[in-house]
Amino acid sequence: MLIKRPADIKSSEITDEKLYRNRRQFLKTASWATLASAGAAVMGSGCTAPGTVAAAPQLGEFDTDEEITPEDAVTGYNNFYEFGTAKEDPARNAHTLRPRPWTVEVDGLVANPATYDLDDLIGGFALEDRIYRMRCVEGWSMVIPWYGFPLADLINKLDPLPSARYIRMETLVDTEQMPGQRRGLFGYVLDWPYVEGLRMDEAMNPLTLMAVGVYGKEGPNQNGAPIRLVVPWKYGFKGVKSIVKISFVEDQPFNTWQQQASNEYGFYANVNPNVDHPRWSQGRERRIGEVLRRETLMFNGYTEHVAQMYTDLDLRRNY
Amino acid sequence: MSRTRFLKWVVKPTVFLLCFLPLPLLAWNFFAGNLSFNPVEDITHTTGRWALRFLLATLAISPVRRITGFKELIRFRRMLGLFAFFYAVAHFTIYIWLDHFFDMVAVFADIPERPFITAGFTAFVIMIPLAVTSTKKWIVRLGGRRWRLIHQLIYVSVIAGVLHYLWIGKVIELAPAGYVGSFAILMGFRLLARFRPDLVARIVRN
Repeated sequence: MLIKRPADIKSSEITDEKLYRNRRQFLKTASWATLASAGAAVMGSGCTAPGTVAAAPQLGEFDTDEEITPEDAVTGYNNFYEFGTAKEDPARNAHTLRPRPWTVEVDGLVANPATYDLDDLIGGFALEDRIYRMRCVEGWSMVIPWYGFPLADLINKLDPLPSARYIRMETLVDTEQMPGQRRGLFGYVLDWPYVEGLRMDEAMNPLTLMAVGVYGKEGPNQNGAPIRLVVPWKYGFKGVKSIVKISFVEDQPFNTWQQQASNEYGFYANVNPNVDHPRWSQGRERRIGEVLRRETLMFNGYTEHVAQMYTDLDLRRNY
Repeated sequence: MSRTRFLKWVVKPTVFLLCFLPLPLLAWNFFAGNLSFNPVEDITHTTGRWALRFLLATLAISPVRRITGFKELIRFRRMLGLFAFFYAVAHFTIYIWLDHFFDMVAVFADIPERPFITAGFTAFVIMIPLAVTSTKKWIVRLGGRRWRLIHQLIYVSVIAGVLHYLWIGKVIELAPAGYVGSFAILMGFRLLARFRPDLVARIVRN
């Protein structure tokens, strides 16, 4: 006997395919329409596009429930100077990067300094999705579903000595794979390799992530494949990409942007709306996909998880 | 039709319309989805770049006129200058609208505090009296000499505008450097005309 089951979804609820295919454009136009109907001074709340899809189910402890930035924006609007300084350059040029085979050198104050094959190093870790806000020091932001594992897992595995106070990481240097590292008309864009670092307690914080990709899969290259750092309460430039070297050190690492302009970029780089960049305000940000700026949150909205690490630190001086 | 009337009734209106072209082009790129994922920034940058381009084009009129011997070119100078102002107004409006939502307190807090905005604002404010006094009536009212002196301010405006562009970047980039180069060439010609007129006489046609 044929048992007829009622359809789960009424046909009236199915989104017209044409509209579905054009959903990005729809959202884009819709958010501009919000602006056109202005009047509503939605400064702080930011104007979220109408038609926002309900947040994904089962958010983890650290996930934000804000609307996730579309994948094409996450992978098409990047700062990754190793592939060029324009936002579109990484997506256009990063195909030359070979994320496998990949080795990571581990040295410094650590029980077992060695050079590891990446898969041997991280193969045992369970990968998870983490939906984080990402705030660029330039004044724009996204909500990115990262795919990776906590840096703490890796540190525990590597077993640093108690004398290690900082962790320092370096990006690959290879002008064949990274054309932006070649000498240009005005010399080198930055002093390669790109260097970043964290205090050990920051590195061990459960928010700190080593990402192997976005949107639940590995890659793409322009987002820092095969492995990169994600520190959601700090400006995006702390997230060193395509890492080939991890060192445990005693002295505070001299990170690349601090080298480039120490009056503009510091070591800590905590997102802080009250401490402006010398050339622009950090009080507001433009969320990619929105028109008007929204208020920037202290520690990018992660105060409850990170503020306790900085109680003794003058955040104005240690920007 | 005489050459003069042809220039006045055909060429000039055509150039006038062409000068608006960046706007429909921008609109086209917006609706065709050709802009980046930060379209507000693209629109801000595009209008700002066009303001600078028209300023430089305005400065290019007299050297090009001398080199080519195309004397009527001077008839286009005011128009180009006003288009520079037009795009600067668009640029500034977008800044106070989409970046600050007309929060003028925030705007005026921003201006003195950030060198690159100070420079941009200076470039813009200087253009206001130049645009206002661009009519024949004002030339007569001020007298040719005084009018010319006032309009020398365009050099300050261009320098401030180029600095504004240079200071936005986190590293030295090619695009703003091109504007510095163009400005240097235009100024170089003027210096040469002043101090080595004999050399300039060799390349000019009048």
